[in-house]
Amino acid sequence: MHDDHDHDHGSEMSPMVARVRALETVLTEKGYVDPKALDLIVETYETKIGPRNGAQVVARAWTDPAYKARLMKHATAAIAELGFAGMQGEHMVAVENTDVVHNLVVCTLCSCYPLPVLGLPPVWYKSAPYRSRAVLDPRSVLSEFGLNVPASKEIRVWDSTAEIRYLVIPQRPGGTEGWTVEKLATLVTRDSMIGAGLALDPQTSGASA
Amino acid sequence: MNGAHDMGGVMGFGPVVAEKNEPVFHFEWERRVRAMTMAMGAPMGSNIDQGRFAREDRSPSDYLSKTYYELWFAGLTRMLLDRDLVTAEELRAGLSIHPAKPVPRLLKAEDVASVLAKGRSYERTIQQPARFKTGDRVRARNMHPTGHTRLPRYVRGHIGTVMHTHGAHVFPDSNAAGLGEAPQWLYNIRFTGRELWGEAADPAVTLSVDAWESYLEPIL
Repeated sequence: MHDDHDHDHGSEMSPMVARVRALETVLTEKGYVDPKALDLIVETYETKIGPRNGAQVVARAWTDPAYKARLMKHATAAIAELGFAGMQGEHMVAVENTDVVHNLVVCTLCSCYPLPVLGLPPVWYKSAPYRSRAVLDPRSVLSEFGLNVPASKEIRVWDSTAEIRYLVIPQRPGGTEGWTVEKLATLVTRDSMIGAGLALDPQTSGASA
Repeated sequence: MNGAHDMGGVMGFGPVVAEKNEPVFHFEWERRVRAMTMAMGAPMGSNIDQGRFAREDRSPSDYLSKTYYELWFAGLTRMLLDRDLVTAEELRAGLSIHPAKPVPRLLKAEDVASVLAKGRSYERTIQQPARFKTGDRVRARNMHPTGHTRLPRYVRGHIGTVMHTHGAHVFPDSNAAGLGEAPQWLYNIRFTGRELWGEAADPAVTLSVDAWESYLEPIL
């Protein structure tokens, strides 16, 4: 499986355009699909579900110790408290980065990803380079993301082989004392909730107290 | 099956390249493939494991030459053809030639929001007690089933530790084959990097998989 979008795999010249259109026409004429239902699925993942959801979970966990305790013990229920639940988030587990452990999530077999909190996965997460190397050499994969984890720090890789979905809780950056949940959430990136990055540094991210 | 989809530890794919400000979809046809695959689960009466197997059950060269959504398209068309819901002739013509077959359910537009928001639990209640408990040392079986399985090759034959019991979950190997859910206890199993990759591996890496009970054997 490769991720080349530059040539004939996706452009308007692609045979895929015609083949997909043909399939949708057949399925619609037969009454198997409702094109409006297809539009709504696309709209949901493009506009309603995305990493903003997960960022709210993380920011709440940073500010509310009781919430964090519930999240670490029963993540699915704690995430549902904030209104995020559903397909590919039925069995959530939260894993926390600390001074001694850095967590990284992968799906070596396909592309399993916690959709209700992160939306659809980026191409790199689904790509052969990531799926093959995140388990063999995670420290060098992280360095390709610009994240240099000290050799002494444990990297804990979670391969999503079942229907359990993992959400990484990144460490709260310093210099954010007294920040609101809403403002903290702006520091929580998608990559930080996969483990491929850290939460943004308030000094360099443009957010200010 | 030992297919190209089982990528853990394979070398030669090059660096991980992240796209800046990546869109959710790159092409309109990808949107439609994603949505059709999700919408056709109900009329096909198919399950998530059958969907995965339809994408991965192909030659390594075929798997590796397709983009992600090309694989989804290939998996969807295969499931439709296998169930005689469409014919190859119809796909070539781009129109319905034969009458529609009766299907168990349809995904209606008004139900999309609730279906996505509800999801589908894979946990089941079983009578049989769990064979393993947290802290147990177990070996991932050296097994090479020809059908769908969720035990990646890179852990097979290796010893790990039970970190958590998730409950009893639908067993993919059976579910993908249409042989029923056959739920089993599901465990999180942690391995050291050195156990999996040898003495030259990073000593501060640990890895875990979620493994069904029949994937595991006790260390006596």
